[in-house]
Amino acid sequence: MGDIGEAFAAAIRLVVGLDRSLIEIVLLSFQVNLSAVAAATVLGLPAGAALALVQFPGRRAAIVLANALMGLPPVVVGLIVYLLLSRAGPFGVFGLLFTPTAMIVAQVILVTPIIAALTRQILEDLWQEYEEQLRSLGAGPGRAMGALLWDGRYSLTTVVLAGFGRASAEVGAVMIVGGNIDHVTRIMTTAIALEVSKGDLALALGLGIVLILLSVGVNTLVLVMREAMQREQG
Amino acid sequence: MGEATILPLELDRVSFVVGGAPLISDVSCTLAAGPRTVILGPNGAGKSLLLRLCHGFLQPTSGRVLWHGANGVDPLRFQAMVFQRPVMLRRSAAANILYALKLRGIPRPERERITADVLGRTGLARLADKPARVLSVGEQQRLALARAWALKPQVLFLDEPTASLDPAATFAVEGIVNAIRAGGTCIVMTTHDLAQARRMADEVMFLHHGRLLEKTPAASFFAAPASEPARAFLKGELSW
Amino acid sequence: MVSAIVAPAKAGVQEQPAGFAALDSRSRGPLAGDSPADPRRGNDEGDAFRSLFASLIAILLATLLASGTAPAADRFITVASTTSTQNSGLFEHLLPQFTRKSGIEVRVIAVGTGQAIKLAEKGDADVLLVHHKPSEEKFVADGFGVKRLDVMYNDFVIVGPKTDPADVKGLKDASAAFKRVAEKKAMFASRSDDSGTHKLELELWKAAQIDPKAHSGVWYRELGSGMGATLNTATGLSAHALSDRASWSQFKNKGDLAILVEGDPRLVNQYGVILVNPAKRKHIKAKDGQAFVDWLVSADGQKTIADYKIGGEQGFFPNAAKATN
Repeated sequence: MGDIGEAFAAAIRLVVGLDRSLIEIVLLSFQVNLSAVAAATVLGLPAGAALALVQFPGRRAAIVLANALMGLPPVVVGLIVYLLLSRAGPFGVFGLLFTPTAMIVAQVILVTPIIAALTRQILEDLWQEYEEQLRSLGAGPGRAMGALLWDGRYSLTTVVLAGFGRASAEVGAVMIVGGNIDHVTRIMTTAIALEVSKGDLALALGLGIVLILLSVGVNTLVLVMREAMQREQG
Repeated sequence: MGEATILPLELDRVSFVVGGAPLISDVSCTLAAGPRTVILGPNGAGKSLLLRLCHGFLQPTSGRVLWHGANGVDPLRFQAMVFQRPVMLRRSAAANILYALKLRGIPRPERERITADVLGRTGLARLADKPARVLSVGEQQRLALARAWALKPQVLFLDEPTASLDPAATFAVEGIVNAIRAGGTCIVMTTHDLAQARRMADEVMFLHHGRLLEKTPAASFFAAPASEPARAFLKGELSW
Repeated sequence: MVSAIVAPAKAGVQEQPAGFAALDSRSRGPLAGDSPADPRRGNDEGDAFRSLFASLIAILLATLLASGTAPAADRFITVASTTSTQNSGLFEHLLPQFTRKSGIEVRVIAVGTGQAIKLAEKGDADVLLVHHKPSEEKFVADGFGVKRLDVMYNDFVIVGPKTDPADVKGLKDASAAFKRVAEKKAMFASRSDDSGTHKLELELWKAAQIDPKAHSGVWYRELGSGMGATLNTATGLSAHALSDRASWSQFKNKGDLAILVEGDPRLVNQYGVILVNPAKRKHIKAKDGQAFVDWLVSADGQKTIADYKIGGEQGFFPNAAKATN
């Protein structure tokens, strides 16, 4: 109990004191996680929509694969991205290892299958309802995908939030490809891991509480925006 | 092209087989502009299937569906279909119609004008900005008809359009269908409701086990059905 | 468009196109067919999507540019080092001073010695600062490093429960202490991560003529973790563990553990620094890396190391050879 009490005290000190290194870490976390989720959304939504309503050879295998990749272990992704971006690896010339870009790349790989697979499920259900009507109206596959993505927008915000959750909670991949370098690639989760390794459990948990609060904040913001939109558009 | 018509529609020995079971067998007929055609038949006769073959959702296993007036254009662009359960997009009533018009490539000012017009004609003007999916089922079916109407189809297919509705809503829907027809649209609908068929049909197509047994003017069908299954059907001996 | 003229006599007769299945096979591409009839702004989904995707891509590009170009613009080197040096807090004391004097930022990747050497071998670090002399010498001998230089030392300690269940407190012989731990089957938490600390631990077991792996999972726990995680586990298990003194001093979650054994000459913890061989890995920032190495072993660098205090006590003892000065 003592440690947990101390953790809350530490969390309050961190937040109230607007600790400069904490702000830096929080901003970098948002930069990395939001970019990764943005990229994963740009890739995953159309991919999921295509899986939902375009028939092509190997579609079922692709769906199974997307579902399976939702459970990709971050450490494995980190390792793969590390080997790719390493100076000795195929993309070594770009010098991206141990930069935020490397962390974004790793998280995009982790998050895209989640967004694609969940999008596929949601849009497939919606397509069952819409298919005949949209066909009757003369919507081609591209148009139909657009309509499904738009009409599934409320459910899809949850999908994107799930992706954001995965990105912001993940430590295994960013630790390996980012290196947890102070002021360069240290984000919330790697900072927590570092404090744990220093045995400062209260500070680590304090940071954890801040991370949870930020996550609650993001989710609340999205929910409020979504409800406002829903009231207006239905 | 606007004045030209894709009609007549000819079904030339159309069959539709699923897993070896013939669901539609060797149907040949011609539908021309003018009379309201009601497809009647007991449950499982293939009424909805025939409608979907006509509308182009399904390809016949054998035989052809021919639009003799299409003259190189896509006949689907001159048709519309209304379903038993209205499919409402998750947006406002007006946006549902605007979207359909956009798909047809209608310019925006035109879209707005047509939408306001059909919403008014179907008594939905005050619901224009409401999310379509919170409307009652009757209102939704009227909106589905407004959406179809906005497209100014030459042929309107209706698949059991009032099966989910109460009598008042049914009455409203029938009124709208007749109004659409008054604008020159050819009406083809299925129903299991004999009373509705008597009210709405100028011509009856009677389907039984996937075969077209009769295609006659409504008056003569109801007065003296030619086939034994039709007689049994009219007497209520066949389940609809 | 699928079109079939059915009978020459009825020119213009159109067969029903193949429904939705045909949409994919129409001559226009699925997306090309969707160009909006009216490009003006509006509240339908096409416009909303375009703006949503545009803003997502804008976020992305901004971030990639910001993160991708910023590091290249700065002057920095990457140092692969050990968790023990990071956890000790030495870098936070040392590096700003070097950066202030040289204008070179130092980015530290803190991992186990084994992993640090692997990183350097791949050319992902410019400088290696670790603490296992045999591995370091092999690294240089294999041609990956230019030269190994002593930088500083502190010492290792054996920590364990204050109640001293293995009766090792005060021993000056680390192997003898390990032997007693094994005899009493007292808990021992091993890094087991190929780190410098782990390698020393194995050497001590060997000197004690004990094969701890035979007891793995019983009283010998192989954690595969860094120094801090291992100490956390040792606290939880009331286990013995080998730790470098700096990590232990800085460690906040000591629980009922305390230093039981120290002072064995074999427990000296020597740190060496190596510039990764630019002849082997062409990306190595040889000039700036060499500047860091030179500074560490210089009088100024050595004094800065000596100045670092943990809890009022000196954390590291500089011992670079005078000749390199």
